[in-house]
Amino acid sequence: MAEPVDITANGGTPDLQAEPMLINIGPSHPATHATLRFQAKLDGETILDLVPEFGYLHRGFEKESEAATWTQVVPYTDRLNYVSPLMNNVGYAMAVEKLCGIEITDRCKYVRVIISELSRIIDHMVCIGTNMVDLGALTNFWYFWKPREEVYFLIEELCGQRLTTSYTRIGGAMADLPAGWTDRVLAVCRGVIPECIADVNALLTKNRIFIERTMGVGPITAKDAIALGFTGPCLRAAGVPLDLRKDEPYLVYDRFDFDIPIGEAGDTCDRYLVRMEEMRQSLRIIEQAIAQLPGGPIDIDDPRFILPSKELVYGNIEALMNHFKFIMEGVKVPAGEVYSATEAANGELGFYIVSRGGGGPYKIKVRPPCFPLFQGIPHLVKGQMIADLIATLGSVNIIAGELDR
Amino acid sequence: MSIVLDRLRERFPADVVSTHSDFGDDTALVRRERIVEILAFLRDDPALLFDFAMDLTGVDYLGEEPRFEVVYHLYSLEKKRRVRIKVRLHEEDPVIDTAVAVWPGINWYEREAWDMYGIVFRGHPNLKRILMYEAFEGHPLRKDYPKAKRQPTIGPEE
Repeated sequence: MAEPVDITANGGTPDLQAEPMLINIGPSHPATHATLRFQAKLDGETILDLVPEFGYLHRGFEKESEAATWTQVVPYTDRLNYVSPLMNNVGYAMAVEKLCGIEITDRCKYVRVIISELSRIIDHMVCIGTNMVDLGALTNFWYFWKPREEVYFLIEELCGQRLTTSYTRIGGAMADLPAGWTDRVLAVCRGVIPECIADVNALLTKNRIFIERTMGVGPITAKDAIALGFTGPCLRAAGVPLDLRKDEPYLVYDRFDFDIPIGEAGDTCDRYLVRMEEMRQSLRIIEQAIAQLPGGPIDIDDPRFILPSKELVYGNIEALMNHFKFIMEGVKVPAGEVYSATEAANGELGFYIVSRGGGGPYKIKVRPPCFPLFQGIPHLVKGQMIADLIATLGSVNIIAGELDR
Repeated sequence: MSIVLDRLRERFPADVVSTHSDFGDDTALVRRERIVEILAFLRDDPALLFDFAMDLTGVDYLGEEPRFEVVYHLYSLEKKRRVRIKVRLHEEDPVIDTAVAVWPGINWYEREAWDMYGIVFRGHPNLKRILMYEAFEGHPLRKDYPKAKRQPTIGPEE
């Protein structure tokens, strides 16, 4: 047997590389789940520094919007957070309605709550599911894909599309709910989703491998999270109970009984736990919203904002002209500026809109919740292992569509 | 009148140009010279406590003088209030002090405003393009940048 060699015997230092190493992760890497890029400076496997880069999915949402009419912007908003597009539709419509001073019908408010909460559930399912794929727990991904698919069937029935929903309109919605739709929502919310959440919960929450892999990984304090502008589950995981559904109740959120879960350490494990509980709370909201869902029209009764019905368009000249002007010139929105924020799945989704009284926006700025979150990634992972970057990135849920716009 | 705007006018009578609360959004147009001081005051004043810099963007009012506007949206966790602070900048001198020292999270918003509108944030630690690539010419959200204009996508230099 060979004698062990003492590498320092001749007074020299170990012949090991001591320079930090630069490695490139992305923009096309399976664990980033989006076109994101990192330049990581490593000492062994420890991250010394991290420079995030994005913009690969930039498609000029704001520039395009300035050349569109108010209604034509709705399809563009689908592509912001494409994991929960209905919530973007709702956020945008609410911003324009605030500028027009429109009070939408009660039924429409409830419908918007229901579709928002369904979207929140599937968004969290994608986040947790893909995060677990990166950590090697593939089963959870499939367990969450099944209910997500069921929700997609519901969304398809609602608006004819699974992903590019474009459901909301200024002052209402594309169409009222299909007959019997709420019963099918309840069937999914009672029969499919809770079981899948319970399965994943049983597989992960007390699983030692999972806990050791996520606890203390990518932590942030409440103070830092606020300074960096974090919102949504990532902020709540750090212990700050900011949720616009409670703090600035919009639509009819003040009529429901639900809780805002918060974490303590702001780490990957807490972000997972917060999202799991938020899904259960969303189910509670949907149950209550469907129980209280009022009848009546979904659109407001105002020809300035709502397209005339097809019978009228084919039957009389005023409605035909109204329809033509509506499509060609767009809705007339008064001049002014508003900022309107909703609680999207990842945090505060804000729309800053400037109108000069024309048929289209003069300026639209989206405040995507991912933007400050992605900025905070280096703060979360500095000093941790390179493998923890992957765990953290998945739990923060960066959606390139809204990050890059 | 709004408490926030009253406090602001009281503390900075010479710097607040105008205020309004149209559509329920408290808004103050201020001069650029003491912008960092104003923002820090909004963050630290015990009656205001705007601890979140939710958004920052530019707006190009082409044809007006001054042409550019920088818009800050702030939120107070404790008071549950929002305020919008606006600053007008001239085309030939679109420069304003950076607010990174007040909120580190505003860093990337300022980079985006530089990238999209060419607004310079003096003292910014890393004022580089963020959505567009380094070799891109011009600022795409300016109103005089044609929407259909194409530029070659140039990769990073070898």
